[in-house]
Amino acid sequence: MKSLRSWFTGRAAVIGVPYVWLLLFFLLPFLIVMKISVSEMETVNFKDLITLKDGVLQLALRFGNYVFITEDDLYFKTYLSSLKYAAVTTVLCLFIGYPFAYFMARAKATVQPALLMLVMLPFWTSFLLRVYAWKGLLSEHGWAYDFITATRLDLALAAGGLIPAPGQLMNTPFSLVLGMTYTYLPFMILPLYSNLAKMDLRLLEAATDLGATAWVAFWKITVPLSKAGIIAGSMLVFIPCVGEFVIPELLGGPQTLMIGRVMWDEFFSNNDWPMASTVAVVMVLLIIVPLAIFSKYQAEAQEARK
Amino acid sequence: MNPRLFGKAWLSLGYLFLYLPIAALVLYSFNDSPVPNLWRGFTLKWYEKLASDTEMLVGFWLSLKIAFITACTSVIMGTLAAFALVKYKRFTGRTLFSGMVNAPLVMPEVIVGLSLLLMLVSVQRALGFPERGMMTIWLGHLLLGMAYATVVVQARLNDLNPQLEEAAMDLGARPWQVFMLVTLPMIAQALLSAWLLTFTLSLDDVVLSAFLSGPGATTMPLVIFSRARLGLNPSVNAVATLIVLVVSIGVVAASLMIARNERKRALEMAEAARN
Repeated sequence: MKSLRSWFTGRAAVIGVPYVWLLLFFLLPFLIVMKISVSEMETVNFKDLITLKDGVLQLALRFGNYVFITEDDLYFKTYLSSLKYAAVTTVLCLFIGYPFAYFMARAKATVQPALLMLVMLPFWTSFLLRVYAWKGLLSEHGWAYDFITATRLDLALAAGGLIPAPGQLMNTPFSLVLGMTYTYLPFMILPLYSNLAKMDLRLLEAATDLGATAWVAFWKITVPLSKAGIIAGSMLVFIPCVGEFVIPELLGGPQTLMIGRVMWDEFFSNNDWPMASTVAVVMVLLIIVPLAIFSKYQAEAQEARK
Repeated sequence: MNPRLFGKAWLSLGYLFLYLPIAALVLYSFNDSPVPNLWRGFTLKWYEKLASDTEMLVGFWLSLKIAFITACTSVIMGTLAAFALVKYKRFTGRTLFSGMVNAPLVMPEVIVGLSLLLMLVSVQRALGFPERGMMTIWLGHLLLGMAYATVVVQARLNDLNPQLEEAAMDLGARPWQVFMLVTLPMIAQALLSAWLLTFTLSLDDVVLSAFLSGPGATTMPLVIFSRARLGLNPSVNAVATLIVLVVSIGVVAASLMIARNERKRALEMAEAARN
């Protein structure tokens, strides 16, 4: 009987401690942000949402910020361009990362741990410093700058509207997308690799026996089977990119609008906390669907391992 | 084109892309030139300057302290959360729980930072504490570190053979003893990886620290970020080189140790099976 009771208390502690912690420091703060986004800013304090006036409870919600966001062109454009840059980055990461993970997973079993570690290693070294490194590479005299101008790739980039003029690479949509692709590429490669490495290769043999070419077998078998990895990788890239702040700040320049930066400025430069909160709430609304897909996938992946 | 050759070429170009910036950072930290990315000859003067750079050194010490506390607490909380998710398949609000554990992995940090700060400000207005500083930065880092630690530990727990724990329980071990004597040794490596991962995450974080730091609590990434914003700065390259050096040594040493332990355990298992 005693051991039974100690099991129950053990269970309560194991679940309860992290649960309560997350409710207090993850969920509750977000509810407070939602509250502040509809509060009026007084000189120091926020007005209480509910006040007792003449014996009547009064609820003062102020949706002015939300109205402002939907009416103001700049916010709308910023949200749109954040989604656009995040989507472009995701597609690029998939384009580079899928073949990369595929060839990793099909490499000799003895070299795979080393290949995997080489992908993880940059991920362990400072993200901030690796983003900073691109500042040097893309400015005049930098290696990437010299390479791109020498090969005349900058003419193509300028024609595509990614840089304003040939020879100007830093502080452009190009440098922003390059920096985000670089930073988030390992997040795409790792789930894809673990998915592709598990694949049953006999399926491909069967397809070949039945007359499929390697190319057809790849598109009809390998790609559909790796769907879960593609989804996980894409969400791991797309969602944080939408709200990215450090990369646009260091590489983006003033013309590339990103919502994370706008929120930062509302908060730190304008000190407008309700506005910053409103921007944050709308940002969460933008990513809520990808977020749900991600957390469903993550839960399924963990349960399915057994 | 031959697919094998194409594969090798793609991998090589990919690794080049991943490592080029790091190579540039290291190389140009030895550059004796006022233009930080124009090579003019070898020097160690940026490292000498770093030794007397009080702002950076103070920030480094603070970051180290926060990273250490974050890593320890993240591993504890992450292990608890991973246990809850792996061992208990049904309890009230499990979906919400797993959602809250996973969300910080992808949630833009500006949102997490802003919401935590606004809550702390409300609490401070009501109770008079906490002051913003090391404590509040740790709170933010813990939220992020806990999520990563949970994923790492959960993956390992899922791979464990539950029969080992059941056997210990049948032999009369208490749940606590089962954990200490059976489970813990088997997940020790995952705990070590989780510790190292959360340590480096905390040591590197800019956004959460910027929201949650107070006057006098400027971490190293905040110092680096404020200099990097203004332009290229050789002192940043010197710091980067030192970090790359320490991390590479640490990761290589840890993985060698893990490989050695795994061999040792495999040998012991084979030995036990023979007897």
